[in-house]
Amino acid sequence: SAGSCHSVSSSGMAGADGDDSLYPIAVLIDELRNEDVQLRLNSIKKLSTIALALGVERTRTELLPFLTDTIYDEDEVLLALAEQLGNFTMLVGGPEYVHCLLPPLESLATVEETVVRDKAVESLRKISHEHSPVDLEVHFEPLVKRLASGDWFTSRTSACGLFSVCYPRVSSTVKAEIRQHFRNLCSDDTPMVRRAAASKLGEFAKVLELEYVKSDIISLFTALASDEQDSVRLLAVEACVSIATLLPQEDLETLVMPTLRQAAEDKSWRVRYMVADKFSELQKAVGPEITKNDLVPAFQNLLKDCEAEVRAAAANKVKEFCENLPEDSRETIIMTHILPCVKELVSDTNQHVKSALASVIMGLSTILGKDNTIEHLLPLFLAQLKDECPEVRLNIISNLDCVNEVIGIRQLSQSLLPAIVELAEDAKWRVRLAIIEYMPLLAGQLGVEFFDEKLNSLCMAWLVDHVYAIREAATCNLTKLVEKFGAEWAQNTIVPKVLGMANDPNYLHRMTTLFCINALSEACGQEITTKHMLPVVLKMSNDQVANVRFNVAKSLQKIGPVLDSNCLQTEVKPVLEKLAADQDIDVKYFAQEAISVLALA
Amino acid sequence: MEGDGGSEIKQWCLSQVKGAIDDDVTEADIISAVEFNHSGELLATGDRGGRIVIFQQEQESKTLAHSRGEYNVYSTFQSHEPEFDYLKSLEIEEKINKIRWLPQKNAAHFLLSTNDKTIKLWKISERDKRPEGYNLKEEDGRYKDPTSVTTLRVPVFQPMDLMVEASPRRVYANAHTYHINSISVNSDNETYLSADDLRINLWHLDFTDRSFNIVDIKPTNMEELTEVITASEFHPLQCNTFVYGSSKGSVRLCDMRAAALCDQHSKLFEEPEDPSARSFFSEIISSVSDVKFSHSGRYMMTRDYLTIKIWDLNMESQPVETYQVHEYLRSKLCSLYENDCIFDKFECCWSHDDSEVMTGSYNNFFRMFGRDGQAGVTLEASWESSSPRCPLRPWRVCAGSRRKEDEIGVDCLDFSRKILHTSWHPQDGIIAMATVNNLYIFQEKLN
Repeated sequence: SAGSCHSVSSSGMAGADGDDSLYPIAVLIDELRNEDVQLRLNSIKKLSTIALALGVERTRTELLPFLTDTIYDEDEVLLALAEQLGNFTMLVGGPEYVHCLLPPLESLATVEETVVRDKAVESLRKISHEHSPVDLEVHFEPLVKRLASGDWFTSRTSACGLFSVCYPRVSSTVKAEIRQHFRNLCSDDTPMVRRAAASKLGEFAKVLELEYVKSDIISLFTALASDEQDSVRLLAVEACVSIATLLPQEDLETLVMPTLRQAAEDKSWRVRYMVADKFSELQKAVGPEITKNDLVPAFQNLLKDCEAEVRAAAANKVKEFCENLPEDSRETIIMTHILPCVKELVSDTNQHVKSALASVIMGLSTILGKDNTIEHLLPLFLAQLKDECPEVRLNIISNLDCVNEVIGIRQLSQSLLPAIVELAEDAKWRVRLAIIEYMPLLAGQLGVEFFDEKLNSLCMAWLVDHVYAIREAATCNLTKLVEKFGAEWAQNTIVPKVLGMANDPNYLHRMTTLFCINALSEACGQEITTKHMLPVVLKMSNDQVANVRFNVAKSLQKIGPVLDSNCLQTEVKPVLEKLAADQDIDVKYFAQEAISVLALA
Repeated sequence: MEGDGGSEIKQWCLSQVKGAIDDDVTEADIISAVEFNHSGELLATGDRGGRIVIFQQEQESKTLAHSRGEYNVYSTFQSHEPEFDYLKSLEIEEKINKIRWLPQKNAAHFLLSTNDKTIKLWKISERDKRPEGYNLKEEDGRYKDPTSVTTLRVPVFQPMDLMVEASPRRVYANAHTYHINSISVNSDNETYLSADDLRINLWHLDFTDRSFNIVDIKPTNMEELTEVITASEFHPLQCNTFVYGSSKGSVRLCDMRAAALCDQHSKLFEEPEDPSARSFFSEIISSVSDVKFSHSGRYMMTRDYLTIKIWDLNMESQPVETYQVHEYLRSKLCSLYENDCIFDKFECCWSHDDSEVMTGSYNNFFRMFGRDGQAGVTLEASWESSSPRCPLRPWRVCAGSRRKEDEIGVDCLDFSRKILHTSWHPQDGIIAMATVNNLYIFQEKLN
């Protein structure tokens, strides 16, 4: 933009004779070929500044030819260049001249690095819209053809992403050529190109006239879906979604379903995995009737697949699949076809499968309602709560809210508690950390009574965990609990316990008291802070461990704003002054900092 | 030897010898990998010093009928450096264990090279122009007076002498606990495998931070270890199929479509052991030192200490062809065990049309076998006893002392001169092999 150009110029060197506004631009241009890649990258990122200074004419005739030959550079420089050129239309003189950007982008579209090629294609797609219909046929479309018939597969893969942007805007003769090029690439010798074509098949189908979708796309789709390489076949599954969306319902059975059925039973687990992974999209694309007749059995098979990766992918889709079933037959289908498979997955041999299921299974309760949940789902939840793998239990606990809405959490509490206690004491600190994070949620759902009775002691135990990350999370957890249950609850249940730790022989536990006070003072309010917490903090200023003393200073700084000014002057100030004269340098430092922040000097 | 020198047997001529011809060889100069690229235009060698030298075939002489283009040095670079694993207190040698070329994707060439632990992807590219013209300095680097800048100058690319650059593109590290013995690029052009003694990993060429373990034969208790992986390769056409050979002489074929972890093989190629021939050395000499699919993908060849076996992928029970490489060593196994030669890992390769196979032996001999069941020929890589364009003289090794001019006694063989690494031009009658620090290139005699 003009603004950035101006700012660079004004920061330039104040030369005596020469044009001082040129200096910074001259530096930028020279640095385009600096040996330091970081400086080259900087210059490329300011390419618009250079172009503005050169003007549209010189940008077209000098800068762009230079950039076209720059393809030897490092990937990150080329990536930045490819991105810049997508926004360069105004800098070369507007849409009338936008085709000047094609040569550098064309050379970038043939480099070996996928990210650079993809970015070049993205920029080409962007500037294609700025071409007039005539320029598109004269300049852009020949470029697409050149790439499509290039010697190396890098250029042919890039071509695949460009057909769909020019097709809608060219004459019918050129359209026919484009379709032919696309057909050729779909049967290219190298799997890289066939993969690129397969991944753009859906996008290309969307811009084609329906008659060509039926005549051209379907045969390409069928061919790619039975490619000898499974890496190609699996991409056809994605195209299946777009193609099915485009076709009228009555054509789906003959044109799409044979291929989809074949993919769902493919010999390669990667293809079946893809079907499982895209199952919700496929379900929406083919509609309720085909879902009932075809997808339900297919889904059952995927849930029972011999490869764990496939089962896990299918398990992840259980809730979405059930939700999207046609309402009239939803419950019957779930109860008779899906639930039996789900029951088996609960005791699957693979923990990823079980944990994938655990992350969605609770969602079924809202679909099936209270009675079915109690009768059929509850036993499964309870089984998963007792699973040997902590991740499975965590996933159940983290989704309790869905169940809570349908049957209330009390139904679960009997099994829930042992599960939580076990996770709370798990040997892996990351597991303990994860369960702490669910505590506020559980507290809200279980209610204060249940919490005080069963969970409070756990929350307190975490405060003296031997891993700092757990103590820290436990402190943060207390704040959230106070926000939920109120200051009075805090005063009665947790504040006494927290303050009690101030006399602990372990200085780490004494510091935890201070950290808790830091976290709780605001939620607890002025009265509790002044009356109960402050005296403890002040008393700890005499601690023999310097780390505790400087944390006292930090705590006083933190809770200061909650206290009234009288209290600050009479109680806090003397203690801070004493600490400011401490023999330990860190204690002094933090005391002085607190004094200045609280304006007590 | 009957059949040798018959008109149906092809004749080979010495074409080139690379490397210093000198008895004083430094350890770093010993060649440890030889590999033609997919067109045969380039030939790469790796050595124990971690260097890679790439030779390019001269284009112009290709038109001449009597000889093909010679190979000249195209690029030399340091691929691996010696490293130290501080956690395990282990030195990691820089020795190049394997080189594999990627199918060509643009004007540049790419290859994978590996030492014991780390695989690297190298790009070899040409540059024939460079930018010229600065605003603030002269071309020689002297700075100009900034106030003299009155107009902006955009650099212009000018032609220059051709420069070949080798640049490291990816480093695939930290995925192998044991020593890497094989790398193989998949026909899907986007993945490759790397195998060590106990595991095989699958990589995507674009990602260095993750690989997938596809085979793991490590027993829970290492004392139960009876077998290690010695070689592995992808099928040339089916992207889902790979094989690995083991120290027990078996080869397992795995189908990646069947499961994510291929611990369960889908085929096991194993020759039933002859109980009468069983000895202390049986297992050592049956260890698979190399496995290579034929270009057609129908057959695979395995090399063990004494033989080459060719297997039809459709028949697991026994090889369809077995070639004796140096059967005369069977009586010498004891001394070969004592001097460690019995653990030498010989490579083997297919001719471009799958009609012949080649492998190395001792005394700088190499063996060529026609697939028609002939006994094969023994040829020698020696610059002293060959002259350019003269067909190599076949040798015959016999027990006892030397008798005729073309015969040599087993006891006269030099076991320190061995041909472990061999490669066959993928489209032409050209072979390359390493003898200690020399690279020999032979051409088929054209009639």
